[in-house]
Amino acid sequence: MNRSASFVLVLIVAILATTSCSKKNEAAPLPKPTAFGAAIVEASGGKQVAQTGTPLPQPLVVQVNDGQGSALAGALVEFAAASGVVFDPANGITDSSGQVTTNVSLGGMAGRYQIIASTTDKSHKKIELKVEEIALGYQQNLGRVLADQYCQRCHNSESTVERVSNYDNLEVKPHSFTEGDTYNKISDADLTAVISHGGPALNKSALMPAWGGTLAKGDIPALIAYIRAVSDPPSHDAGAVYAKLGRHRVR
Amino acid sequence: MKEKFNSIWQRLFGDSVRAFGVVSIVFLLSLAIAPAKNFFSEWRHYQHGYLRMIRNRSEANTLQRHFKSGIQQIWLPELGVVDRCTSCHVGLNEASLTDVASQPFRKHPAIPHKLDEFGCTVCHRGQGAATTAAEAHNSTLAWEQPILPAKYVESSCGQCHRGPLSGTPVLNQGRYLLSRYGCVHCHTVKLPDGTTMTADDDPPSLSHIADKTSREWVFAWLKDPQAYSTTATMPNFKLTDDDARDISAFLIANSTAVPGDAQAVSAKADPTGGASLYGESFCASCHAVQNAAGNMVGGNVGPELTRVGSKVKPEWLQSWLRNPRVYDPATAMPHYRFNDAQVATLSGFLQAKTDSDLLANVHLDAATPQQITHGKRLVSDYGCASCHEIAGIKKPENFAPELSRIGSKSITQLIFLPGMPHTLPDYIAGKIKQPRAFSPGLRMPQYTFTTPQIDSLTTALLALNDRATTLPPSLAVAATPESDYQPAGKAGKLMSDLACFSCHRINGHGGDMAPDLTWEGSSVQRQWLVSFLKNPNTLRPALIRRMPRFNLTDGEINDLTDYMMTVYQNPAVDRDSMPLSGYPQGQVELGKQLFYGKYSCQGCHIVDPKSDKGYIGPTLTQVGSRLTAAWIYQWMKNPQSLRPGTVEPNRAMSDDDARAVTAFLISQKGGGSKETAKK
Repeated sequence: MNRSASFVLVLIVAILATTSCSKKNEAAPLPKPTAFGAAIVEASGGKQVAQTGTPLPQPLVVQVNDGQGSALAGALVEFAAASGVVFDPANGITDSSGQVTTNVSLGGMAGRYQIIASTTDKSHKKIELKVEEIALGYQQNLGRVLADQYCQRCHNSESTVERVSNYDNLEVKPHSFTEGDTYNKISDADLTAVISHGGPALNKSALMPAWGGTLAKGDIPALIAYIRAVSDPPSHDAGAVYAKLGRHRVR
Repeated sequence: MKEKFNSIWQRLFGDSVRAFGVVSIVFLLSLAIAPAKNFFSEWRHYQHGYLRMIRNRSEANTLQRHFKSGIQQIWLPELGVVDRCTSCHVGLNEASLTDVASQPFRKHPAIPHKLDEFGCTVCHRGQGAATTAAEAHNSTLAWEQPILPAKYVESSCGQCHRGPLSGTPVLNQGRYLLSRYGCVHCHTVKLPDGTTMTADDDPPSLSHIADKTSREWVFAWLKDPQAYSTTATMPNFKLTDDDARDISAFLIANSTAVPGDAQAVSAKADPTGGASLYGESFCASCHAVQNAAGNMVGGNVGPELTRVGSKVKPEWLQSWLRNPRVYDPATAMPHYRFNDAQVATLSGFLQAKTDSDLLANVHLDAATPQQITHGKRLVSDYGCASCHEIAGIKKPENFAPELSRIGSKSITQLIFLPGMPHTLPDYIAGKIKQPRAFSPGLRMPQYTFTTPQIDSLTTALLALNDRATTLPPSLAVAATPESDYQPAGKAGKLMSDLACFSCHRINGHGGDMAPDLTWEGSSVQRQWLVSFLKNPNTLRPALIRRMPRFNLTDGEINDLTDYMMTVYQNPAVDRDSMPLSGYPQGQVELGKQLFYGKYSCQGCHIVDPKSDKGYIGPTLTQVGSRLTAAWIYQWMKNPQSLRPGTVEPNRAMSDDDARAVTAFLISQKGGGSKETAKK
């Protein structure tokens, strides 16, 4: 056997190895678009909250519009996000109302996830839409459970059959927990004070009762962690934003 | 070729000095392999990365001081944990590293346990002793448990915590579903504490089904239970038309009549009064009906009634409404004590809820003996008697595989679908989602679970593993055992007849729709209880589920009231220790000020309907005629001591404040102004 023969053999083995490996990573072919839009907008499903690793309660719906701003059918939309985020489906062709719907499961780390929905215009340029979703870790989720039990009847103005809101009955209106402009200005220590000693602790309404005798140890930090996680605009404690490519912070 | 080889050999080993030199170099190189491997190891690479990262941070000195180089491990012999994860996940305990997005350096999110006391693999699985990321995180030949995906991580809490926790909603939901959907009828689940999981779905007995419904309905139901009721618990067995025909033939032929359960009433129905009687009786507290918009309106304790008219026979329905305990002694439905006119009206109203499509295409010829015999065989084959009582068929033992240790099942024992990831969680979730995909011959039926429901069931099942079973008893956190409390005597009988426990909880037994009555005797005044049982009015304006009126006789009300006032007493509340009236005006005034000022109770309660709007707690306009003063006082001092978990905040009131608020509230007798006006 001469040297060139063995070289060829090694080459063949190497090619076989790489092709068999790359086969695994091959994604399903993208559907062919029949139209190209001018803009992509969010129809619904942004800024939702879910536990880490679990699906968002509502699907994410995005819409592709043409140059005149009316819905466009037949355009291709692709979804992308940090690793760990699962889309079902990860791409799709817009339907007759110009929309694509996907179910999103967030990754395993608590924080904000940036989702990029993209389509291509006539000149094959990518147009992107960025949407943020929020994943709650153990502590934030415990806070959410407690907030639903004790706080949301007044702090959430939305009434449902199962939980009628008390919001409209209060003279001084409580702030919704997503109101970042309000909560981001209040320090953790002040939030702890107002939750444990009631509104008057911060010169606020006495209609906010003191919960210090009711909540267990660890409950108040959990409530604060939840408020920090869902506030909009985001609090400086909201944690990392996970985005596609690179594990660095976006913000 | 040979010459060339010879010349090389000569050059290397031609004389002894040369040979010695070459062999020494080879020997030295081979000695260097181990240190080199160590030097270039993955964990060292991560530790260098960590040091580079912390260099630019403001708290670099502190982090540097905490840093320990080399392989780190958490060794917990009691749990069998040797976790070297902290060799790469260096910053897990560093409070300041919460903002680090690059792994493996971020601080561990806040949890109630210390990492040094529980290690990593107890919760996250994976191979703790491994020192490379691939071996630690992925499944290897020697270690088949990869890292648990985040969505199932609550299963690990369930290894030690056997009851529900407020921080583990997914696990709680999964455990609830296992019993609510009757999984444990067929699959035995022995819990690590030695008890066996019981089902909570109450499948009806089929021994008398011909009294209740037609064979056509049974056929349609067997073919697709969700077509009759989208909320049906019964899964779809994907039966062929022939099999459904034969099973329906057998069930109808096998059914025996219950004396008195199919007697029509002679009274005339009021054709317009049905809806209001349905509403007044608060049927919707337990039963749902789909409205025109397609939304379910009502509770989920009883079956959905959207198409009930296409199901039940009129005479059966009338007997059922008259007294459901004749047909099913253990039903959760109360015995309403309707009169015949009411029975006729309500049954007429329900009978009109039909769906003409449901049975439109069902045409069954009279059953043949062969069909009945075949139907009986199918009933045993499909294990129908695992859930339903069927006369003449014994409940099969171990009908489906036991799931007591499913969370540690070896993946070599599993058969995966093509294209499915080879992990245990994926297998369990896939099996729940589409059991028959694994083999068309499987008998496990098709459920209509949503993805979050499947994930929560998988979470609950993964908690049933070897670690949970072999856990040192000192680490297990026991669940509160479900009490089987039953009141005694005449009142006890009456309470089961009225199915009080379907909604109310007493001494740890019963439902959670209505208030806990464990201390009702200390809490309320006798006169109020009597009039409430006679004509229940609502205490909470925001609630849509309310106590129905049971048309009780005075004697029955007396028996119930006497029993509750005597037996359901809290030792900490002496109801005679504080009077119901006669508090000094000054104290009442002070109480009023505290109520509206310091404690701002009007945020949740209404005392003066003109000015107060609070919607959360009960209305207090008549609280002085309802509650005892001693109860109010103790409630002000510590509501959770009387009713654990109540939303009423514990305000840590001083004795004086509590007494003043009590004096104010007890003066709210309600209706007082009206009475004086009448006089």
